[in-house]
Formats: sequence, structure tokens, C-alpha cells
Amino acid sequence: MGMHESPDNLKLSNDAPDNVTAHIVTMIEAINLALHRAMIADENVVVLGEDVANNGGVFRATIGLKDRFGCKRVMDTPLAETLIAGISVGMAAQNLRPVAEIQFMGFIYATLEHMVSHAARLRNRTRGRLHCPMVLRAPYGGGIHAPEHHSESTEALFAHIPGLRVVIPSSPTRAYGLLLSAIEDPDPVVFLEPKRIYRMVKQEIYDDGVGLPLDTCYTLRQGSDITLISWGALIHETLQAAATLEQQGISAEVIDVATISPLDTDTLVSSVEKTGHCVVIQEAARHCGVAAEIIASLNELAFNALKAPPARVAGYDIPMPYFRREDDYLPNVGDIVNAAKATLMTSGERS
Amino acid sequence: MQYTTEPYHPHQFIDAEGALTMSLPQALQEPELLQSLYRHMVLTRTFDQRVVALQRTGQMGTYASCLGQEAIGTGIGYALADTDVFVPYYRDQATQLARGVSLQKQMQYWGGDEWGNYFEGIAHEDFPNCVPIATQVTHAAGIASAIKIRNQKRCALVTCGEGATSRGDFYESINLAGVWQLPVVVVVNNNQWAISVSRQIQTGANTIAQKAVAAGIEGFQVDGNDVCAVFDAVQYATKKAHQGKGATLIEAVSYRLGDHTTADDATRYRSHEEVNEAWKKEPVKRLQSYLHQIDAWDESREQALISESKKSVEEAVQAYLKLPKQPVTDLFDYLYEELPPALLTQKNKALAKQTTAQRGE
Repeated sequence: MGMHESPDNLKLSNDAPDNVTAHIVTMIEAINLALHRAMIADENVVVLGEDVANNGGVFRATIGLKDRFGCKRVMDTPLAETLIAGISVGMAAQNLRPVAEIQFMGFIYATLEHMVSHAARLRNRTRGRLHCPMVLRAPYGGGIHAPEHHSESTEALFAHIPGLRVVIPSSPTRAYGLLLSAIEDPDPVVFLEPKRIYRMVKQEIYDDGVGLPLDTCYTLRQGSDITLISWGALIHETLQAAATLEQQGISAEVIDVATISPLDTDTLVSSVEKTGHCVVIQEAARHCGVAAEIIASLNELAFNALKAPPARVAGYDIPMPYFRREDDYLPNVGDIVNAAKATLMTSGERS
Repeated sequence: MQYTTEPYHPHQFIDAEGALTMSLPQALQEPELLQSLYRHMVLTRTFDQRVVALQRTGQMGTYASCLGQEAIGTGIGYALADTDVFVPYYRDQATQLARGVSLQKQMQYWGGDEWGNYFEGIAHEDFPNCVPIATQVTHAAGIASAIKIRNQKRCALVTCGEGATSRGDFYESINLAGVWQLPVVVVVNNNQWAISVSRQIQTGANTIAQKAVAAGIEGFQVDGNDVCAVFDAVQYATKKAHQGKGATLIEAVSYRLGDHTTADDATRYRSHEEVNEAWKKEPVKRLQSYLHQIDAWDESREQALISESKKSVEEAVQAYLKLPKQPVTDLFDYLYEELPPALLTQKNKALAKQTTAQRGE
């Protein structure tokens, strides 16, 4: 259904906002709430992608948007990911705020040229004359027994690109707040949604339209012996590992990086200066992953505070396996606990 | 009659000898407009040749000449409305000049300075040159989508070479333009060569224009060396877009008389005979001949134009050569709206390094 078919359905932001109410929601519902809120607040926010309008998205992230805001602002595009990113750049240069959905991260590579060569550079190469306030959303990561090409974690590809922000929520609250901020951000944001936890937990969200800050880490648990750093779905295993470690008398601090680029090294350094130990946990393949960058930064900025080499828990350097062996690939609670204890043991041996 | 999906059918008004092949539309019967188009093409060619010379003497970066395609850029530049958005590829010197992007600014771009993309005036929404082939066509489709969402009476016009029409971005964009009835005009500068790959081995399609059929939009060929044909076709297509009647694909058939860029040597892959034949159809001479026929041009005007053009170009060149390097801090200050703290350290480092380098000079 093309956007020209029912232009009368266009509703703009002069709608009175809903009364601010608490909702007990999953992450996917929180994303949906944030999209509604952003579209109410700013008529320049538009949503586009494959199956986002009539179907409400294959995960239902965009459900209800077309009925409420009309097909001029909620657009089913042709099946062409390059196009989705490319027209988002053009729309954003016209000061719309496109929120584009790529159905799965496995199909995001067709957008790379536009994200790398255009979205990330438009402000810079025009010296601020044009800019690109777009959000590229995609579900990512494994753990739901999805078909081939539906389970990858390749966030480092985008984190490597100057000019982009790469934001990954790990709870309904942060999904709501970070997505609102991503949409309001005047620069391009790649917003990766760990789909394994789309419906894992519910949280109470106050739908007040208030965003959470980007470019900052979130410390989810205070600790004094070791810092566990992660993002996305593995935050849950990391928190469980911290609980397990506590039972064994080890106090672990847990940090959700949330914005993996640009990186908030201050929070990470402060924590490591306190604990002297750290493990970085990522679902992505190890080689050249975000964990490598975090550890390199800690080595540069907090070397004197480190009592043991920072450790990595990561996926293997292999393609994401088909789902019957998916669990063999994904880091688990035991991996994190073991890595933490090994790290602490290293410094114990040294001292 | 060349390829067209109708309703637009003019292909050429002035042939290679300068003879009328079809009566000119009303607007182009004004000698003043024809003279302006001619002056603009001559200035563009004077500029183009000077920039190539600058590159040869190490005072310019790699440069893509528009020699032989001045009619396409000029026709587009004169036909576009001020409020339209122009999305170029990289052989659009004439259009940019018509939209107020000065010769100095264009040299600044080719001379390795991002401030060459800082357009003001009517070009303030225009995109800068686009090097990754065909990607700009999707941007134009996005701009056209924004225009349509806002019910504005304007359009996006994008250019690309014929090689670009082999790329997914091109197909995806014209497909969208068809299904969303976007106010976008795609002008393909078919100059027969994508670096060393000829039109014949680029696509099995008989024409580029017929690619419009699959997208459900209007498409046709025009003589890209006849500035009147380009002007009229672009006026038709932009007017149609302004009226909400959808997209148009214009294949402007021309010839790349120069190398692909200053880093290319076209003698490696095409014959002198072919190029000599192409020179007989080039756009500047034919309009001059026509202007002579209607007594709207003479030798003294020609001499005056040549010397004025050289003077304008030389003034721009001197201003360009005097441009200082941009501050090294500019490399950081326009990446994001606000510089992330992690980059502040790097910015300071670049500043310190630059200071040291200058001291050493």
C-alpha cells in the first residue's frame, strides 16, 4: 500500500497527548510506546520499513502506528533495504526524523553504504549545512531459534564508523527512554534491539515522553571486587552471574554500556579504578569486537588500576551456527562466572 | 524519433549542424534565453579546462571534467525552480553554477576542502557531489518523499551516469518513485563511457530510458548535446512533478569528450576516430551556429564572451589559490552536533600536532 493511497489519514502532532499513565510492558511494547510518543510529540517523525504499516512489524514494534498517524507517516516500503536507508538519508536531510526498521540485522548489510558513506558523514562533509537525524532500528542477536541470517550480532561494524551512534537497550525502561532520545538526536543512530529479550521481562514504564541520556553507560549493580561490562541481551546473564558470584563472596559491579559508540569511557574507567578487575561480555564474535575496544581503552586509561588483565567472554570467531547448536555458541552465566573468578585468581596469584 | 514512453516526445530541437529539427517551444524562442544558455555553457567549458590545467600543475585534486556535457548541466540548471532540490553526481558543474555554487566553491571541493560543500542561497538544501555511484538516487527519492509528505509544490532532481543505472540503488529508487508517485526527476547523463566500460557492455537494454517501463514511470531519451532539448524536457518533468503527477526518467544522450577524471587516460580504451566523430556533435558549437542563424550572435560578442569568461574563471582561480587550509579543529567540529567527550582528547591532540607542524614549516 503506497503512501499516496489515503493521504486523508494524516494526523499531526496537535493531537492531545494521552494522559501520562504507567504501563507494565515488555521491551517490544516499550518500543511501541516510545514510537507512539515520539510521533505525537513531533510531526516530523515518520516510520518506514518492510511490513511496518499494515502488519505492525514482524515483531509488532510498530503496531497501531498506521491507524493512528496515517500512511503518510507510517510507510510500508518496497522490499529493498538499501532503499530504506537511502531514502531515510534524503528525508532526514529535509528535517524529517525517519525511524526506519530493518526487519533483522542479518539484512542490514545492504544499508551499510548509506550508513557509512552518507548518514554518518552528511553533517561533516557539508560542514553542518545538512545533517541526518535518522534512526535505523533492527532486531539483533541470537537465542530465539530463528532461521539462518536472523541471529547475528554485528554491532561492531557500525561502532567502527565515526559519525554514527550505536545504541542497544537491555530492558523495557531503557528501550523506551533510549529510543526516544535516539529519535530526538540530531545525528544518525543505529538502534539495535536484542530480540531474545523482547518479551523476556516486564517493567513498569511511565509513558511521559522523557528520554534517557545517550553516550552514557548505566551502572545496574554496584560492586567492589570486579566490573562486569556488557550490553544487550547478555546483560541478563551478566546480572545472574553477579548474583552467583555474590553467593560466593565476590562483589561484582555490572555496567550496561548501552551506547557502544561513542563510548562513555569515564564510567568504565571509574568502575575499574574501584574494582581493579574487569570482564567484558559480548555475544558477537571475539575478533575486533566492541569488547576489544573497551579493553584497549581501559588499558590506556586505567592501566595502573588494573590488578589483572581484563578478560573477554565472547562468541567464537565463527559464523552464527544454525539454531540446533545456537546454545553452544552463546556465552552463558557459567562462562561469565568462570571468567570473573579466573580474572580474580590471576591477580591473587600475582599479589 | 527516439525512445519514449509518451506523452513527452520532443527529442531534439537543434541538430549537430545548428539547424532546427523541430520548432522551438515558446520560452526558447527568446534570443535572450538562448544567449544566456550559450554564455553559461561557454563559461562552464572555460572553467572546466582551467581546472584540468590546475590539476596538471599540481594545484588541484583529481577532477572529473564535464567536457562535452555542458548542455545537460546547463539545461537542468536553467529549468529547475529555485525551490527544487538538486542532487548531483559529480559532473554537474554547470548546474551547480546555475544554482549559485560559485566557481571558487566548486574548486574548493575538488581541491580537497569540505567547505566546498557549504552551499548558500537557493542551493542550501542541495546535496553535495556524490562519489559512490547511484547512491544519490535514493537520497533524491527520500527528499521527494519528504516533499510529498508535506504536500509541497516542488521536486527533487537527481543526475547520474549511464553506468549508475546498472546499480541496485537506481532500480530501487525508480521503483519507489513509481509506486509512491514521487515528485522526482532522474536525469541520466548517458555519456557512453563508465570509465572504460562502454554503453554497449553496460546493459543489454536498448536504451536507458526504457528502464522506466519496469518502474511504472515515464521515460524518454533526449539529445543531451542540445541544451534546448534538455531544458524543455526538464521543464516538462519538473512541472509534472510539481503538479503531483509523478516521476520521470530522462536519458540525456551525450558523449564524454574528456577522460573519466584527471587520473584516467581514455586513449587506453577508445579510438581517436570515435572521439573525433563525437566532437562533431558537441553542444557548444551547435548553439553558436543557431544563434548566428537568427542574428543573435556575432564575432565581437564571441570575443567579448571568451574574454569575460576567462576573466571570471581567473578571478575565481586566484581566490581559490589564496584559500587557507581550514582549521584542523573543523575536522572534529562537524561530525556530531556536539563533540562526544571521547573525541575531545583526539581533537586536542590534532590541534597540538598541527601547531608543531606549522612551527616546523
